[in-house]
Amino acid sequence: MSAYALLWAAIVAAGLLAWLTKLAGHTVPEAWLENPRVHRIAAFVTVALLSALFAVQAFTAGSSVVVDARVAAVAVAAVLLWRRAPFIVVVLAAAVVAAALRWLGWG
Amino acid sequence: MQRLSPVRQQAVSVSLATGAYAISFGALSVAAGLDVWQTMALSLLVFSGGSQFAFVGVIAAGGSPGAAVATSTVLGLRNGFYGVGLAPVLRPMRGLRLAWASQVTIDESTAVALAQPADDVPARRAGFWWTGVGVFALWNAVTVVGAVLGSRIGDPAQWGLDAAAAAAFLGLLWPRLASRAAQAVAGASAVLALLLTPVLPAGLPILAAALVAIAAGWRAPRSRAEVPE
Repeated sequence: MSAYALLWAAIVAAGLLAWLTKLAGHTVPEAWLENPRVHRIAAFVTVALLSALFAVQAFTAGSSVVVDARVAAVAVAAVLLWRRAPFIVVVLAAAVVAAALRWLGWG
Repeated sequence: MQRLSPVRQQAVSVSLATGAYAISFGALSVAAGLDVWQTMALSLLVFSGGSQFAFVGVIAAGGSPGAAVATSTVLGLRNGFYGVGLAPVLRPMRGLRLAWASQVTIDESTAVALAQPADDVPARRAGFWWTGVGVFALWNAVTVVGAVLGSRIGDPAQWGLDAAAAAAFLGLLWPRLASRAAQAVAGASAVLALLLTPVLPAGLPILAAALVAIAAGWRAPRSRAEVPE
């Protein structure tokens, strides 16, 4: 399979699995998911994965850990989130900070 | 003009706010190397912001399509629990209605539904459907705009799009950091992912963070407040 076709297959698989996950929640007997341990782990999984995704996206390039313009950008994003700025403002501000620093020749 | 009921006004404003950030998803997906059609397919089929950002994040980091599917799916597991939480509001459902309700079961539709008074089931149901369908329509429409704009800009890093993706994950994470336990899990997961980045193939350091969640959730907390929503 070509890389392009493989990516398409992955997209369809991700979509199908996403839908089946949601469907499962609407159809399983309620008692099955009332296990408190399952609930706790599920709640922590979201936090853990989002945090790992953030770290990898902000501080790595390929297989190495790097510090570049993204660090200043996510610091600005964190301050804006703390000040309760809307999501879209946070994302745009991070892009502007990183782009400006790179234009100035840093990171 | 007839005024919408409070729950429908909430649904419309949440749909507009959420739909707007599909522009960053569309642009980031194209920057990660997906084409416009693949980007649209992700929004239509996966339809869960966190999972979609994760999928293109893994691809952008050079991870395999399989790792992208795994990360996207694990991150979408919470949507399964939303269906359980919504059972008293939506059940019984069958056929096409069940299929559609499943597709639009996301953070926002669940939040608006459950924010209505517990004894007002019609308002909860309206909150779920108006928000779910509203976000679905806008999210998919705005994804196209982001993807088309994103495909015309050249090197994504020059425009700070890599930093924008990091900020997007931080924005999704932020509201879930209320408890000390959540903060500890987030810190440990980030450190573990960075430590594993030089030694594991791309995508796997992110999945490894799920182990932190299992370790953290295995034992009962001393107080209920320590478990995030």
